Amino acid sequence: MSTQTENTSNAPSNEPSPKKGATGWVIFAFFVIGFGFSLLGGWVGFPKMLYTEVPHPIDFNHALHMNLVYDGCNSCHYFREDGSFSGSPTLNECRDCHGFVMGINENEEKFVEEYVLQDKEVPWNIFSKQPDCVYFSHAPHVNGAEMDCAACHGDIGDSESLRSYQENRLTGYSRDIWGWNMSRLGEPEHAPRMKMMDCVNCHVEETDSQGSCFQCHK
Amino acid sequence: MKIDRRCFLSLAGGLVAGHLLSPVPWKVTDDLSIWTQNWPWTPVPETGPVTWKNTTCTMCPGGCGIKVRIIKDRVIKIEGREDHPVNRGSLCPLGYASIQYLYGPSRVKSPMKRIGERGSGNYEPITWEEAITEVSGKLGDLRKSGKSHTVACISGSDKGTIPHLFKRFLEAYGSPNFIRTPSAKDAHETAAYLAQGKKAQNVGFDLENAGYIVSFGCGLLDGCGSPGYQFSSYSRFDKDHTLVQVEPRLSNTAAKAKKWMPAKPGTDGALALGMAHVIIKKGLYNRNFIENHSFGFEDWTDDDGNIHMGFKGLVKGYTPSMVSEITGLAAGQIESLATDFARAQHPVAVCGYNECTVSSDIDKTLAVHALNALVGNINQPGGMIVFSDPEYNLPEVEKDQIASDGTAKPRADRAGTAEYPQTRYLLNMLPETIMGANGNDLPIEALLVTDANPVYTMEDNETAQEAFARIPFIVNFSSFMDETAQFADIILPDHHFLEGFRDVPAPDGVGKPVTSLSAPVVKPLYNTRNTGDVIISIAKSLGGTIDASFPWNNYEAFLKQAYNDQYTDLSRSGYVVSADKPAPWESAFANERGKYEFYPTMRHTAGNDDKSKLPDFRQVDIPGDKTNDALVLIPYKSPRIASGAIANPPFMTKTIDADMLKHERLFIQVNPETAGKLNLKQGDAAVVKTPSGEATVLVDLFEGIMPGIIAMPAGLGHTAYSKFIAGKGVNVNALLKPVFDPTFGLNKAWGIRASLQKA
Repeated sequence: MSTQTENTSNAPSNEPSPKKGATGWVIFAFFVIGFGFSLLGGWVGFPKMLYTEVPHPIDFNHALHMNLVYDGCNSCHYFREDGSFSGSPTLNECRDCHGFVMGINENEEKFVEEYVLQDKEVPWNIFSKQPDCVYFSHAPHVNGAEMDCAACHGDIGDSESLRSYQENRLTGYSRDIWGWNMSRLGEPEHAPRMKMMDCVNCHVEETDSQGSCFQCHK
Repeated sequence: MKIDRRCFLSLAGGLVAGHLLSPVPWKVTDDLSIWTQNWPWTPVPETGPVTWKNTTCTMCPGGCGIKVRIIKDRVIKIEGREDHPVNRGSLCPLGYASIQYLYGPSRVKSPMKRIGERGSGNYEPITWEEAITEVSGKLGDLRKSGKSHTVACISGSDKGTIPHLFKRFLEAYGSPNFIRTPSAKDAHETAAYLAQGKKAQNVGFDLENAGYIVSFGCGLLDGCGSPGYQFSSYSRFDKDHTLVQVEPRLSNTAAKAKKWMPAKPGTDGALALGMAHVIIKKGLYNRNFIENHSFGFEDWTDDDGNIHMGFKGLVKGYTPSMVSEITGLAAGQIESLATDFARAQHPVAVCGYNECTVSSDIDKTLAVHALNALVGNINQPGGMIVFSDPEYNLPEVEKDQIASDGTAKPRADRAGTAEYPQTRYLLNMLPETIMGANGNDLPIEALLVTDANPVYTMEDNETAQEAFARIPFIVNFSSFMDETAQFADIILPDHHFLEGFRDVPAPDGVGKPVTSLSAPVVKPLYNTRNTGDVIISIAKSLGGTIDASFPWNNYEAFLKQAYNDQYTDLSRSGYVVSADKPAPWESAFANERGKYEFYPTMRHTAGNDDKSKLPDFRQVDIPGDKTNDALVLIPYKSPRIASGAIANPPFMTKTIDADMLKHERLFIQVNPETAGKLNLKQGDAAVVKTPSGEATVLVDLFEGIMPGIIAMPAGLGHTAYSKFIAGKGVNVNALLKPVFDPTFGLNKAWGIRASLQKA
């Protein structure tokens, strides 16, 4: 200890002291690197990690079907007698027309062979699937508020192919629920976002009330 | 450029800052919370197309129409049917919770054969063919050895085609021993027979049209009888309707009544006679009915010239002041009750049905029936309605010599014998008879049990269990592993009522002849069979005249033939009301005089000391020592506890208040004054002792119960079913003991003497 003290006290006082560490700019640069890395990772890399593209069991051509049915969307997606909504058609409903392969379409061929003939329901990817015990009722929206299907589902009726379905690896739900844009800013890309606050905001806007919990949580 | 520690700190700072401005923390938090909701063991509701199907609940004898909400193939919800004439939309908690019995773990999933000790619940599954061969083999052997009369059947009801099949089977087989479990029906049908002349009648009360109801201890809103009927009738009450509850305890019914009259327990008969005294004295009775359609109101002289006192003479002595002394109610109250009752529109006096105890006091029941007769409200809107069962369109039973000999033998329960000639069923007598017999000469060698759980529901439960243990062969048809099923050698499980067919005639206490149909709403979940089908199979495998008496391929064919033309209506709307109007007075009474007999001339009185046939008030001496057992224990009924053959499902147990059941400990209601004398405080553990047994309970101080009386809810303390049902509270039947009417053999006990001491 005493030696060191002596050395220090014996050093010439007019010499510039050596650099003790990095300069402010270097430190700032490190901050920017960290900041940029996190931002880039969070906004670009993270969604790629979180979501995975899930192929549809078969492709479906809405436009083609719309030309063949009489009652538009209602022909296959209809209200049951008790007011509940049928959602995607069941195999039995499809079987009415697709008991055997009618055209030369590989998707139809796959549908008939793998599902119809094996009496197996098609495990469709459902873009709007919500957690259990969360209920959305089509009746008050379509029949009550007279909303068009397209108001929420966009121009799906004119599409010739199913659009990409991405699944959240953690939750198992579709990317449509949060919205494709991670920031949830701006207009939604494909269909309205379906987090709870999305429902609430629309309800407040349209009805001046966010509604009661049990309207959806049952 | 030098890189040091601060650079890395800065880098970390940058990473954190960037991270916070990226979607990662918020999105991951949100997604993790959703992830936790989707763990595979979390139960999730079924989704799919919804259907509603109508059927009838058979969890109790109430016969309520229900609608069942089904998603895909799973029953999701049960609600009362608004268009059903019994319950009109109402339903009791047991009806709502009956889904839990469909999917719960207490179901017997296939025929079973006992491999362990009785009561241990050790069974092995066998096939239906093996089970039926074993049962018919055993019954065939007994028949061959001339012991056909030692086969008995205990049934929860004697109404409907399933009990009818059992009765038919025993008749063809050669046994007189079809035994219905005790209920208030015993007293009502006996009283109706004595006063009106027809046997085995249904007695109901038209509560939906009644204007003034005096209930002698009926738990009208405590879940007895047909709760749906009573709830819906009460829900239509307005300020012009009056319900007066006579009961020593502030029950739900008493709390909701316009007036609660806490008469001393067991004195209601005296109150009814006191009311009759006032009504007659003030001339408020229905003169047309009394003069033209009744007999024995005034004193009368028989063919031998003997003068008999009439009903008027009997009640002369029951002045309000005397009745006040007996009941503890004020004389003025008694007088005004009688006056208001007689002056009201559609007054009706109700007793028996729905009491928590299965007291069947013939005198009291006759006295209450007489009150209805006095005001001319028998078979009138809002009155007491008496009607017959539907008649089945069936061929005669074919009987061989063994069957004729066997059915002519005296019954094992002594009902209908010279000892008790006017009583139809006396299950309470059976344990005594079995225990009194020697081992080689048992009165019951084989027992069939259907829709009943006597090992749990019988009073003096320990003796009853010992008696059942002596029966060499017990076959149970229960859908659930109940206490009696655990005593059985063979279990032949019936479907849950949502899975099978069955008719439900004459719901308990309902004032109209409604017959409903219980039809399957889902496919059977397990390897169970309709009991009707099983009885037909057993009959067929026994062969001979027994087989010939059952010319049906299955129960459904039998049911269709039994109801004949009515079956179409029954299956289309789910119910039929067989007659719109009850029989008019001119044709209602089937005795010799064609009149309502205030003096029941047919009444058998051999066992009575005074030999009087009039419905005098005879104090029932309940079991126990008056000096040592200073208190009186009464059981009570709660609408949230199923107290019959079916145990309380967990959904209902969840609704029980914390001052009735705390974890596994049951509370006993004690008046604070009584508790003070016994040095007991709220929540103290205490031992209640009666001549039948003892139990440890917790004390609940309750102002709504008379000093000196203590009360326990009926329906808890099960030991079987499943771990979710068993072991909660105490079975009050283990503490009670019947008191037999000397002439009718029916149980008259309304309580039992008891002592309570700090544990």
